[in-house]
Amino acid sequence: MLNDLLSWSLITVTITKSVPLLYAALGGVFSENAGVVNICLEGIMLIGAFTAAVVAYFTENLWLGLLGAMIAGGLIGFLHAILSIKFKTDQIVGGTAINIFAVGITEYLVFVIFGQPGATPPLRVTFESFSFPLAKYFLIYMAFLMVGVTYFLLYKTPLGLRIRAVGEHPRAADTVGINVYRIRYLCVIISGILAGIGGAYLSVGEGGLFSKQMTASRGFIALAAMIFGKWKPIGTMGACLFFGFCDNLQATLQGKVPIPSEFMLMIPYLLTIIVLAGVIGRARPPASDGVPYDPSER
Amino acid sequence: MLIKQVTVEGKDFKTIFKEFMVPVVAILLALIVGSIFIKFSGRSVLEAYKALFTGALGGWLSLSKTLVETTPLIFTGLAVAFAFRCGLFNIGGEGQFIIGAIFSAYLGYTLALPGIIHIPVCLMGGIIGGGVWGALAGWLKARYGAHEVITTIMLNFIASKLGLYLVNGPMQEPTHLRPITPKISASAELWRFASPSRLNIAIFIGIMCIVLIYYILQKTTLGYEIRAVGFNPWAAEYAGITVKRNIILAMFISGALAGMAGATQVMGIAHSYNNELSAGLGFQGIAVALLGRNNPFGVGLAAFLFGALINGAIKMQSLARTPKEIIQVIQGLVIIFVAADQIARFFLQIKLNKKRQADAMHLQQEQGEKC
Repeated sequence: MLNDLLSWSLITVTITKSVPLLYAALGGVFSENAGVVNICLEGIMLIGAFTAAVVAYFTENLWLGLLGAMIAGGLIGFLHAILSIKFKTDQIVGGTAINIFAVGITEYLVFVIFGQPGATPPLRVTFESFSFPLAKYFLIYMAFLMVGVTYFLLYKTPLGLRIRAVGEHPRAADTVGINVYRIRYLCVIISGILAGIGGAYLSVGEGGLFSKQMTASRGFIALAAMIFGKWKPIGTMGACLFFGFCDNLQATLQGKVPIPSEFMLMIPYLLTIIVLAGVIGRARPPASDGVPYDPSER
Repeated sequence: MLIKQVTVEGKDFKTIFKEFMVPVVAILLALIVGSIFIKFSGRSVLEAYKALFTGALGGWLSLSKTLVETTPLIFTGLAVAFAFRCGLFNIGGEGQFIIGAIFSAYLGYTLALPGIIHIPVCLMGGIIGGGVWGALAGWLKARYGAHEVITTIMLNFIASKLGLYLVNGPMQEPTHLRPITPKISASAELWRFASPSRLNIAIFIGIMCIVLIYYILQKTTLGYEIRAVGFNPWAAEYAGITVKRNIILAMFISGALAGMAGATQVMGIAHSYNNELSAGLGFQGIAVALLGRNNPFGVGLAAFLFGALINGAIKMQSLARTPKEIIQVIQGLVIIFVAADQIARFFLQIKLNKKRQADAMHLQQEQGEKC
């Protein structure tokens, strides 16, 4: 049994399973550190996966597909930003609306464009079919590179300081001349772009097609990973790898141990609740996370 | 005293009209945006919406099928609305539905009782199952300050995995190839009164719940306390209301309502439990509650509207060749427009301003004529 556990494939599968989570969760890190709760990561991933598959199908170019996913993700992020920043909609309500909308629009367009319900035809090329390793594993390398970039940006640059200031105390940030709205728009759009890439990974990266609801709640799991990682990029990466590991372990150990696989699949969610409840190290969100900023309020 | 004055809602005609108009404008806007999508797909908008309408409301059979779709949405919508009134966002309708449905299915196929006892027992199972699952999130919030949005999402996953385990193991009907529980005994089935549709007395239970929840919220001390906590927890605490107890209680009642959705779907529709039964009904409850402005009667109307959309979409797909998924697009848009009610108010404002301008012009003209 130990051999099953400590195999090379366990490590690689863990990494590949955590990549889509990592993109979306880093998106969450950007958005929530600037003070906007992004519960629509799930919907953005779905739209990203769909756009990437459709663009790649018609152009037969994966890079254009990826670009399409980034643009579509950024646009949905922008929509979420308008709702929560300009219209001061409850951010969870707005996010939920986008999630429902995303499920509907992707299934509808699949039917309209391809004339068949449920899924696109298989793509002729995916990232898996590249022979050059840097291209083949591009999205995987990029994901871990983004962790470093996010860390550097958030903690080592003036912009990062501003982002965190806006998420902690927007009034104070405003007083010293930071444009709170602009920072928040920027971060939510970045968050959309990242979640879009995470979705693209599922369709053009490993799946080879788009099928309905193919994200299968990974957006919510990414949200959990972000909380488990305490809203910080490195911690979030650890959480994503751990959740990927749990997912993988369940598949490896199925039938070999007396614990039903469903219970092992529960572990990430149980741990998230435990961490949120503060039993093992309290997770504290940015102080103004989810609170719309109104300059006229005192 | 202060709280009481603030929370008593000003129910003059103008506010009621405004509360009513925002959802109506939101629905119209969503239908307009939806028609752009239909047009884009090369189908006739008029034909599609006509098929949608006749499919939903054309004739007794269509109407009864619409009411079948309406029933669970009443419960899940009330669940979300009730928690909202306490300032809590219950995204866990899905999980509470699952646990409630499992409890009621278990009691349904294991017990052999006369119908008059069996039906209440199974319903009670749904109420307790869903209620406890909801109260768990309430307790985590009250005791540890864990945000209910995240905990309920996590509890949804846990419930779903638990359901998957049960229908594939301890609760699986051995003769079935599909993962599904045994059929509940006939004495636990809710009476269907409009065959051939599956419309059953659960719709009346739903209507009773609407009235009951309205009564609890508006006429009882419990409802008053819950609304006070939702309005301003600090002020409520100061006024001597136990905020923590009310949070747990509100989540119990909210979960119990979602659990009833599960129980009635098992007892009235499926007659057994499988893990696909919830099918997003818990999430749609959020849309229903928002559209109904968290008012129990509004929730009833919104549930009927969404029920009509879901049922009408089937005919729209077959008659007007418009994919029924457009309904989810419209649902999402409705919530966006209701949630960002400033958008709807913006459109209302323009209309009102135009009317005011027209009135003013008219008045000037009249005065001019008089002179």
